[in-house]
Amino acid sequence: MKIKGKTWKFGNDIDTDAIIPARYLNTTDPAALASHCMEDADAQFASTVKPGDIIAAGKNFGCGSSREHAPIAIKASGVSCVVAQSFARIFYRNALNMGLPILECPEGADRIQTGDELEIDLDSGVIENLTRKEKYTAQAIPPFMQKLIKAGGLMEYVREQMSGQE
Amino acid sequence: MHKTISEKILADHAGKSEVFPDELVEVRIDFAFGNDITAPLAIEAFKRSGAKKVFDRERVCLVPDHFVPNKDIASAVQARMLRDFAKEFDLPYYFEVGRMGVEHALLPEQGLVLPGDVVIGADSHTCTYGALGAFATGVGSTDLAATMITGRLWFKTPHSMKFIYRGKLRPWVGGKDIILYTIGRIGVDGARYRAMEFEGEVIDSLPMADRFSMCNMAIEAGAKVGLIAPDAITEQYVNVRAKRPYKFYRSDPGATYEAVHEWDLSALEPVVALPHSPENVKQVTEIPKTPIDQVVIGSCTNGRLEDLRLAAQVLKGKKVARGVRCLVIPATQLVYMEAMEEGLIETFIEAEAAVSTPTCGPCLGGHMGILAPGESAVATTNRNFVGRMGHVESKVYLSNPAVAAASAVLGRIAHPEEVLS
Repeated sequence: MKIKGKTWKFGNDIDTDAIIPARYLNTTDPAALASHCMEDADAQFASTVKPGDIIAAGKNFGCGSSREHAPIAIKASGVSCVVAQSFARIFYRNALNMGLPILECPEGADRIQTGDELEIDLDSGVIENLTRKEKYTAQAIPPFMQKLIKAGGLMEYVREQMSGQE
Repeated sequence: MHKTISEKILADHAGKSEVFPDELVEVRIDFAFGNDITAPLAIEAFKRSGAKKVFDRERVCLVPDHFVPNKDIASAVQARMLRDFAKEFDLPYYFEVGRMGVEHALLPEQGLVLPGDVVIGADSHTCTYGALGAFATGVGSTDLAATMITGRLWFKTPHSMKFIYRGKLRPWVGGKDIILYTIGRIGVDGARYRAMEFEGEVIDSLPMADRFSMCNMAIEAGAKVGLIAPDAITEQYVNVRAKRPYKFYRSDPGATYEAVHEWDLSALEPVVALPHSPENVKQVTEIPKTPIDQVVIGSCTNGRLEDLRLAAQVLKGKKVARGVRCLVIPATQLVYMEAMEEGLIETFIEAEAAVSTPTCGPCLGGHMGILAPGESAVATTNRNFVGRMGHVESKVYLSNPAVAAASAVLGRIAHPEEVLS
């Protein structure tokens, strides 16, 4: 599967309060959450992000809270993929569990800048920076997690198990 | 093979003789819970899946604590989802306002999370129970939904890091200072995906409340779990509370660690994490006089009886400075009651602090103490990210309860001895 979009670049240690501030967690509605996505890091993001856009960031993206509202807000804002130097572990789990593609790519995360147009091959993990005419290779998603993604996320995987028991 | 406590607990719960770092394992979960922010998403996923029952009604728990007492209509609707779900599935461990507490103070106090358990909570500070020698970690709502149905969940076995603390702690230095110091040394991703193990003579004599504070903030270094091997102090805490049998695990001598840090804490003064990161740690004596507008004493990090005693020791016979709001939030109903019986609540009210019913409230900028633009707070909570307690231009300084109380009295960040001398 290929993804193409323009990049929004953020720094290191982007925490879940920056991705979706707790003051908006009195709802689970994806559209409502998306309307405040990244608000405390970049107040313009939610109103100007376009479907298919890509987030690039430094180390430890998604650190802090376990709120699944963070990947939900990102996904519902239309972002197609997050490329980071590294991810905080709960965010990583949550993103895969709900089907938001995320790639760990230290080289790419370092080189990519806001506005760069990227083409990402999710199967091979190759990121092509069309603006800078560069190519980076992201770390492959571990086989077990690929199995989860192929099943359609963790709940589909569980549903398969439930139907197997009946 | 010589194994760490994490590897032993995971192996036993996976039904394997041993597991290795990076190995993916599916394990049996002893206890799973969510709160009024995370459980609604889990309940929606549970319902969508068509599940008809939870895997074990005594091992699935719901604690509304973040936006309760309901801060607005939307929060009231979310809290009601928990109440309705608990009723539908007849869950004995649903904790209503008036019987509740901040989850990570409440569940150990009620003897519901125990040594040797694998615990998952849809809240990042679930790692708190590592203080009991449990493998306890925060997950998202979808993971909670899956666990509520199957009683199982997958994990990647973490590499372990060992932290050995030597020396004798100075007065007013406790678990909060040790963990902030540790995060200051290794950074907010210094233990990312890792199991942190805390030991050494400082830990050997450290009370449970301080151990909970330490393990609570392992997530602030990016860790999966923060663990302290159970001992006589653990046994004394657990044996009067446990609702189920429990088991002590210890790391073997010769187990493999990715890193070992050994620090002498004898010279450590109380510390503060400056805005906007828990790794931005300085000793109180090193920082310039910093005026503040609010103090928060409470939370899953420092809302236990021992924490309130420390704050009361400093506030006794003093007044909160003019222009400062001092909020004291006992973490559970039981803590509240015991603090009242000991006269601590009276001390707080006489000092002109505001005492609240248990809630996470201000810690995450939910309610009950939100900061205006430009305002600063000293808080015994666990995060000081941008906008964490309110406006994006407000600031949070993290400290232990005695420093927070001293800061309330002097209206600026202060060492307790500045108030008591």
